[in-house]
Amino acid sequence: MIATFKYLLKSLREYKKDVALTWLFVLLETFCEILVPFLMQFLVQSIQIVSGVADASSLRTFGPLVQWFVDAINQTGVASPFIYGGIMAVMAALAAMCGIAAGYWSSSASAGLGKNLRHDMYYQVQRFSFNNIDKFSTSSIVTRTTTDVQNVQFAFQMAIRGVIRAPFTLIFAIIMSFITSWKLAFVFVAVVPVLIVLLILLATVVHPIFERIFRKYDDLNEAVQENITGIRVVKAFGRQEEEKEKFNAVSDFLYKNFLKTEKIMAFQSPGFSLLIYGSIIAIAWFGSNIILKSNSAEMNTSGLTTLFSYVMQVMMACMFISMIYVMTIISRNSAERIVELLKETPEINQPENALKEVKDGSIDFENVSFAYGNGGKVLQNINLHIKSGQTVGIIGSTGSSKTTLMSLIPRLYDVNEGTVKVGGVDVREYDIESLREAVSMVLQKNTLFTGTIEWNLRWGDENASMDEIKQACQIAQADGFISSFKDGYQTMIDEGGTNVSGGQKQRICIARALLKKPKILILDDSTSAVDTHTDSLIRQGIKEVIPGTTTFIVAQRILSVKDCDLILVMDKGIITEMGNNEELMEKSEVYRDLYISQIGGGDFDAAE
Amino acid sequence: MPPSRGKAMARKPLSAKESKGTLKRLFSYIFKYYKFEFWMGITCILVSTITGVIPALLTGQIVDQLDTALKTMNEYIKAGNQIAATNTMNEALAYIGIEILIVVGIILVGLTCNYFYQILMSKLGQGTMKKIRDDLFNHMQDLPLSYFDTRTRGDLMSIYTNDVDTLREAISRSLPMLVQSSFTMIVVLVSMFIRSWALAIAVIVLVIPTVLISKTVSGKSGKYFISRQAAMAKTNGYVEEMINGQKVIKVFNYEKRAKAGFDKVNDELCYHATKASRYASLLMPIVNQLGNLQYVIIAIIGAGIIVSGGASWTNITVGTIVTFLSLSKQFTQPIGNLAQQASSVFMAMAGSARIFALIDTPAEKDEGYVELCNAIEGKDGEPIECQETTGKWAWKHPHGDGTITYTWLKGDITFTDVDFSYVPGKPILKNISLYAKPGQKVAFVGPTGAGKTTITNLINRFYDIEDGKIRYDGININKIKKKDLRRSLGMVLQDTVLFTGTVKENIRYGRLDATDEEVEAAAKLANADSFIRQLPNGYDTVLDKAGMNLSQGQRQLLSIARAAIANPPAMILDEATSSIDSRTEKLVQEGMDAIMKGRTVFVIAHRLSTVKDSDVIMVIDDGEIIERGNHDELIAKKGKYYQLYTGNSIK
Repeated sequence: MIATFKYLLKSLREYKKDVALTWLFVLLETFCEILVPFLMQFLVQSIQIVSGVADASSLRTFGPLVQWFVDAINQTGVASPFIYGGIMAVMAALAAMCGIAAGYWSSSASAGLGKNLRHDMYYQVQRFSFNNIDKFSTSSIVTRTTTDVQNVQFAFQMAIRGVIRAPFTLIFAIIMSFITSWKLAFVFVAVVPVLIVLLILLATVVHPIFERIFRKYDDLNEAVQENITGIRVVKAFGRQEEEKEKFNAVSDFLYKNFLKTEKIMAFQSPGFSLLIYGSIIAIAWFGSNIILKSNSAEMNTSGLTTLFSYVMQVMMACMFISMIYVMTIISRNSAERIVELLKETPEINQPENALKEVKDGSIDFENVSFAYGNGGKVLQNINLHIKSGQTVGIIGSTGSSKTTLMSLIPRLYDVNEGTVKVGGVDVREYDIESLREAVSMVLQKNTLFTGTIEWNLRWGDENASMDEIKQACQIAQADGFISSFKDGYQTMIDEGGTNVSGGQKQRICIARALLKKPKILILDDSTSAVDTHTDSLIRQGIKEVIPGTTTFIVAQRILSVKDCDLILVMDKGIITEMGNNEELMEKSEVYRDLYISQIGGGDFDAAE
Repeated sequence: MPPSRGKAMARKPLSAKESKGTLKRLFSYIFKYYKFEFWMGITCILVSTITGVIPALLTGQIVDQLDTALKTMNEYIKAGNQIAATNTMNEALAYIGIEILIVVGIILVGLTCNYFYQILMSKLGQGTMKKIRDDLFNHMQDLPLSYFDTRTRGDLMSIYTNDVDTLREAISRSLPMLVQSSFTMIVVLVSMFIRSWALAIAVIVLVIPTVLISKTVSGKSGKYFISRQAAMAKTNGYVEEMINGQKVIKVFNYEKRAKAGFDKVNDELCYHATKASRYASLLMPIVNQLGNLQYVIIAIIGAGIIVSGGASWTNITVGTIVTFLSLSKQFTQPIGNLAQQASSVFMAMAGSARIFALIDTPAEKDEGYVELCNAIEGKDGEPIECQETTGKWAWKHPHGDGTITYTWLKGDITFTDVDFSYVPGKPILKNISLYAKPGQKVAFVGPTGAGKTTITNLINRFYDIEDGKIRYDGININKIKKKDLRRSLGMVLQDTVLFTGTVKENIRYGRLDATDEEVEAAAKLANADSFIRQLPNGYDTVLDKAGMNLSQGQRQLLSIARAAIANPPAMILDEATSSIDSRTEKLVQEGMDAIMKGRTVFVIAHRLSTVKDSDVIMVIDDGEIIERGNHDELIAKKGKYYQLYTGNSIK
């Protein structure tokens, strides 16, 4: 656990100075603050003397340092309540200033740590290959960079001051108690360990229970979410009453368990008070004995007031120590998740002396096999030679690894065996950026980003002219609907592109890919939501306007691939048949079956 | 398709009047169920706070007694009377000892009360929360679908996650603290006045700057926190969007620009976070040290009064000063708490207002009175009601004159001139008339948004029609109890929804009393049996996250089985589009075909074979039936159907 936090703290970098300053000022603040109750006894004593309650001659003596200080003040001759009051006021002011300074630096230190952690993680993710991303899953990466960093940041902000403040308050307060009355100070020595142990024990017992309850609570919320998502099904089957019963049962479970835990937690406050009051009473009783029996020589009544004040400070410090403990436990999981991401090694790296030029769009797969992570092979012994400018269709059921095959071309994954060549050269010899510049892939799970349509299209080419953008959109059959929008190309896309229809989104994505002017274009099931007619217009456009581009069309619809120069039929990671439409109709039963069941059927739903 | 969902609900703070109403409502919950806990809790808090000031009073008392004893002792010693001095000392100690014992007793009572008040309050808090949570969910089940259409799932969920949570915090923590803090302030104030009115006034005067400073600082820092929150949301939003699109970033070599964009929002967040936290951390040192300053001033004022001879009429001793040192602290502390807890209670009020708004939304109305009942065939073929399951059903139709007629459940459905709109004035369906005889298959085809799904939603009364009539076996569906109407109609939706639970439980959702054999039979009929058997635990495999561990096609098969087990006379099917892979698609197709047999079926069709098999095809466009007939008739017509069928537009 310590190693985890140590690793995180590496990201402090330029904020180390802020941490050091925080600690310095917290130390000073704590010191000044602890002096205030100590000085209190002199203030009270001086009041006792001026009011005639006590005799100046009956003053007790302290150790040399404190005695020297008391003598020096007595010699000034000024009415001493004001002197002591003045010194205390100065201490309070100093403590306030140091406290503010500590807050100032601790703020920048914790915000800085948060910033650097987010920065390190985000930059790390940018280096990730597809394999790395798959391993963590996007949603987990998002949680790690947002929620987990926030948890750690808040814990750090609490801890950074507390780790100095709480122990030093304890130490200073106990030292000053010893100076005031070494006998009575043993009350603290007895109570403090008990208190700390009890608090930490309580936290250790209760925290896991709470964690369990909250997990159940999350389950409940998940069930609600499921219910809301499926409300049509619930209503269609008339299952409202059963859903209620189910919910109320979990809700009841939560209620009972919350209650159980709170019954344990209910001991904390009275227990804590018991120790405080117990200490006060012990000090009062033994103090009274010491004072009376020694006739104020060992300690006087004003010393009692100092000790009474320290009771509170010492107890609060103990409380804080247990709080830091709990915070550490809470943030531990987050810290571990962050470190795990930071320690991940990016899988695909830039080769040395990388080639920057992709000659043409020819592609060769030579004995290629591939597996995701440690899983089984999803591609086996693929041999395939595509000439530059060919149009290739790929068809096959889900899980037949069509997408995987395509992903190897822009080196989104590295092969396990064999070689993938683009333009006659192994993809691993290219500069990654140049390779991906030449290969344009429209992903199956495609995304548009918040911004205007034009801005989104410019992902393909930052410097494209408006004419080029329009031309790409015309090929992708997107210009028409974009122009029909009120704001045309300046229409804002909502996050995730939810304000355009599925088919429109796909067409914008195709246009974006076309703008790269690639040598190789891969359309991975990119027109599934586009109606058959528009689909054919897009294919026609690509063929006519950019004929030299090698084009791959991965599709579920026979209609989308039937005119390709070459059609691959895939099944379970193997190319089972290849040829053009006529050849496959002849020799492939699978293809023929698909053809018959689909052609003519079209898709009644997709027309817009 | 229902109207698009609105923007996220506005989350604005409530007006004073609204919060008052909400608070009242909340208390009505507490009083309804937890009156005893409430008053007992309040009593316990009161006792525990009163006993809380005792130690402060005790310490002052002891200091005074010690001082007096010491003075007397020293006078005896000066006079040489050592025995009297010792006696004085022993008397004082005995007296203090008795005092301490009494105080220990009082404190123990106080601590017991403290314990009980916590238990009572947690019962009250958690119990009220459970009641509210249950009411919230139970009422939500009864809301009409239109309620769900106009809100995003995120909006509804945030009521459960955020609003219920803040309310729980407020009820179980802030509210008791609020009560305790106010009591403490009152009790301390009273004791201060009893002990010395002059110093009490001094404390009050000295507290004013503390309150003012806290208020200014927390008001200002609140503003900074809002901008920090905004910056945080912006950064998190950016990260979320970019990482979700990370693969696109890779493909487009966008890494450098993505980093630059990130650095901008991240730096901004750091700036705001630092500022907000710096401002907030001003508060603690200032308030703490003002407390210490307050100490000094009280001590000096007290000293001044004693020295100037005011002790006799102000009743101030050194012990009083010592007592006030603790009391003033006990007085100041709750002020900070009060401010903090009050703001959290106000936040919770805004949340509870949203909770109560949902609870107050009118539930789906059901004025139906015609019920579905088991029946056996009478002599002349008429249905006769019976209790046991016969596999035959009849509509039980009570009439105004007290007579009851029975009609066989056959699955005969007619639409007569039906108009419908989600939003008044924006008609979705116009003048729809159609009929389906028992056992007929009616296919709806047409472009997205034409209104196909809407028609099916009207049959089972997910929505109520605006004009016209829908009859089921000759009965106006408005007269049929919704639960019974829906029971008689099976439904397979396109975006399949399954629930967390085992495969078996999911299928049984269609008919809760189905036996295991019936579950398997339904799965076999739906063609789902073979894949279920291949799952790790067969029918007992738990579906995580609503079946996300299954493929879309497999989920579809399960939902067909779920509909099949209910064995309804009529079915509504929404065929999946081509996103299912071809292997499973074949299974789904066969499953669908199997359950369509012998039933009245409304199918939103995408597959040619389904359409060809239909008795009648309705081509829907823009809310109207533009063509009707069977496949051959429509092909011959060369209209919209022809165009959809061939995938070619007609020039």
